[in-house]
Amino acid sequence: MNKIVKKEILSENVVKFEVEAPLIARSRKAGHFVIVKVGKYGERIPLTIAGADLEKGTITLVIQRIGKSSKKICALDAGEYITDLVGPLGQATHIEKFGTVVCACGGVGTAPMLPIVEAMKKAGNKVITVQAARTKELIILEREMQEFSDEVVIMTDDGSYGKKGLVTNGVEDVINREKVDLCVTIGPAIMMKFVSQLTQKYDIPTVASLNTIMVDGTGMCGACRVTVGGKTKFVCIDGPEFDAHQVDFDEMMMRLNAYKGIE
Amino acid sequence: MATTEEIKARRSESWREELRRNMKNKERADLPRVHMPELDPEYRSHNYEEVNLGLNAEQAMAEAQRCLDCPVPTCMTGCPVEINIPTFIKNIERGEFLEAAKIVKETSALPAVCGRVCPQEKQCESKCIHLKMGKDPVAIGHLERFAADYERESGKISVPEIAPPNKIKIAVVGSGPAGLSFAGDMVKLGYDITVFEALHEIGGVLKYGIPEFRLPNEIVDVEIDILAKMGVKFITNCIIGKTISYEDLHQDGFKGIFIASGAGLPNFMNIPGENLAGVLSSNEYLTRVNLMAAAKEGADTPVFHGKKVAVIGGGNTAMDSVRTARRLGAEKAMIIYRRSEEEMPARLEEVKHAKEEGIIFLTLHNPVEYSGDEKGRVTQMKLQKMELGEADASGRRKPVEIEGAIDLVDVDMVIVSIGVSPNPLIPSAFKGLDISRWGTIIVDQDSMQSALPDVYAGGDIVRGGATVILAMGDGRKAAAAMNKALSSL
Repeated sequence: MNKIVKKEILSENVVKFEVEAPLIARSRKAGHFVIVKVGKYGERIPLTIAGADLEKGTITLVIQRIGKSSKKICALDAGEYITDLVGPLGQATHIEKFGTVVCACGGVGTAPMLPIVEAMKKAGNKVITVQAARTKELIILEREMQEFSDEVVIMTDDGSYGKKGLVTNGVEDVINREKVDLCVTIGPAIMMKFVSQLTQKYDIPTVASLNTIMVDGTGMCGACRVTVGGKTKFVCIDGPEFDAHQVDFDEMMMRLNAYKGIE
Repeated sequence: MATTEEIKARRSESWREELRRNMKNKERADLPRVHMPELDPEYRSHNYEEVNLGLNAEQAMAEAQRCLDCPVPTCMTGCPVEINIPTFIKNIERGEFLEAAKIVKETSALPAVCGRVCPQEKQCESKCIHLKMGKDPVAIGHLERFAADYERESGKISVPEIAPPNKIKIAVVGSGPAGLSFAGDMVKLGYDITVFEALHEIGGVLKYGIPEFRLPNEIVDVEIDILAKMGVKFITNCIIGKTISYEDLHQDGFKGIFIASGAGLPNFMNIPGENLAGVLSSNEYLTRVNLMAAAKEGADTPVFHGKKVAVIGGGNTAMDSVRTARRLGAEKAMIIYRRSEEEMPARLEEVKHAKEEGIIFLTLHNPVEYSGDEKGRVTQMKLQKMELGEADASGRRKPVEIEGAIDLVDVDMVIVSIGVSPNPLIPSAFKGLDISRWGTIIVDQDSMQSALPDVYAGGDIVRGGATVILAMGDGRKAAAAMNKALSSL
């Protein structure tokens, strides 16, 4: 049982929680995820850790209401408990001084990007964050991103905030303007697919953090398998980050829909 | 370890000598083996009720009479945890059922579990004297289950005696059969035991793997509860090597660590179409149904209810998967196995039960490709027909492809159950362990001690995929060796 100490509504469908988990707060690194489950017969779902406070012994989780289980978690209030929480899981992000790093994120993928932006900056990189959403109200964590990025580019589909366009338009503008050494992308699978296609065109190494279906999150079930470079990999233990140019995003999207309609 | 003297001393107790005098060996040997009462196959293939119903007292006492109470009980050599088999059976014969349960619990932490899932035909029963005389072996497994069930149902569950606490902290990584067996033995010796479990429930494979119709979770919980009463502490949602490191354990004062993390990584065949939706590992399928209760009302975890289900493999897990699929409404539930039935590793009883429940066995068939629809869901499998050739390294005849013999079979779900590999998570977190090329932890065969002196390991993380009872045997061996090492400090 892990207590929720703070709840914040970031946008219409996105909630931020600070959850008591001192051991995870101590051992987690950028890129790690946790598995959460609410209720005795709740579903185990993976969530990438968006931050931690060592003093308070808490971790930050950002959740988007999409399915039955995420709605159930989002309905919890401060003072209530997450029934089961385990982690940190997966491989941490590979952090080093690359030079200029573009962090391309969209939707709820912005939250797990935050610790990566922070770590990349601390490693001495020039960090340009391109964050995108459908409309102004859905842009989250902008202030936090500003704090650790050298520059934040906001993109909205409807032009209600920042520049009008998709995340790929924002990334391409940066590429055309200056030399980019690495791109990191987190967001919906379709978004990562297009970011990956774009950077491949410019031959820029790109890392994507995948969020697939999982059950145990420790390598036991294989629900999260993806094809990377023609080989089957488990997102939970080999990932969640992979060379985006090697990821079969079409297969991944198809597998994400495996349980659609029977949930 | 039971010595010959102990076995002899118990055998020469007066009540036992009298029992032996009551009936001649010839008469005992002529008694027919008891038949385990089972649910009707048609009825049970639509629900999760336990298939085997257990013996009643009368049946158990009659079966116990078949045991000749041999002076040198070979059956015990077939038991990885060395249960004093004749002593518990003779207690059943004289009607002392609670005493029988106590005897079993002297060396087994999970009697009700073993009585249900052990492959007795390959263990204790394979060494029974009756076999040498061309008769059926004593139904040791059924009797073990009877003793454990009788005790549980009587409400008079005995908690084994515990030595005075020695305040030495020991960590157990994983709460499956190896970990629980180790914990049970060590807590009896007075150690301060904490079991760390990665999942949200205690029990490991007993909970996530073995289905309710073969091993009800509440039976497992009763056995875990006894361990808790004996003083074993259980911590769920904690991954050693992730949540807490090896160094953290040292800092927290743990003097010994037993790794029993299991073989968590499902194998796939790496054939085209294997990543289509609807193709999944038996681990995923069984975990969804057993641990997550996906088929139950009110559970959030989804599971696909296939109508035409193929399970690839011929082991116990394959049988569990295919019988589960049948219960979830599969009209056609098939076992696809590349060798013949004779080579199948599954327990005889599982194969028999599966057949009774209408499972189709496509032996000497091997999948080579899956194809799907426009949504990426599996719809068909391509099977290569096989024939048996020469014996291979395992002594089994090797399956060879019959050129050009291909079958196409429609499916809407495929469950791959061709074994597991050791989970790399733990071995990679303990620097200094010797790891084999299969990813298993290398230990000393007798002591189960690893290359790190304070770390012992057992079960599937050492064996790469075995049975509940072999894992329990490892736990017992490791406990004895660790106790010896710590006592000599």
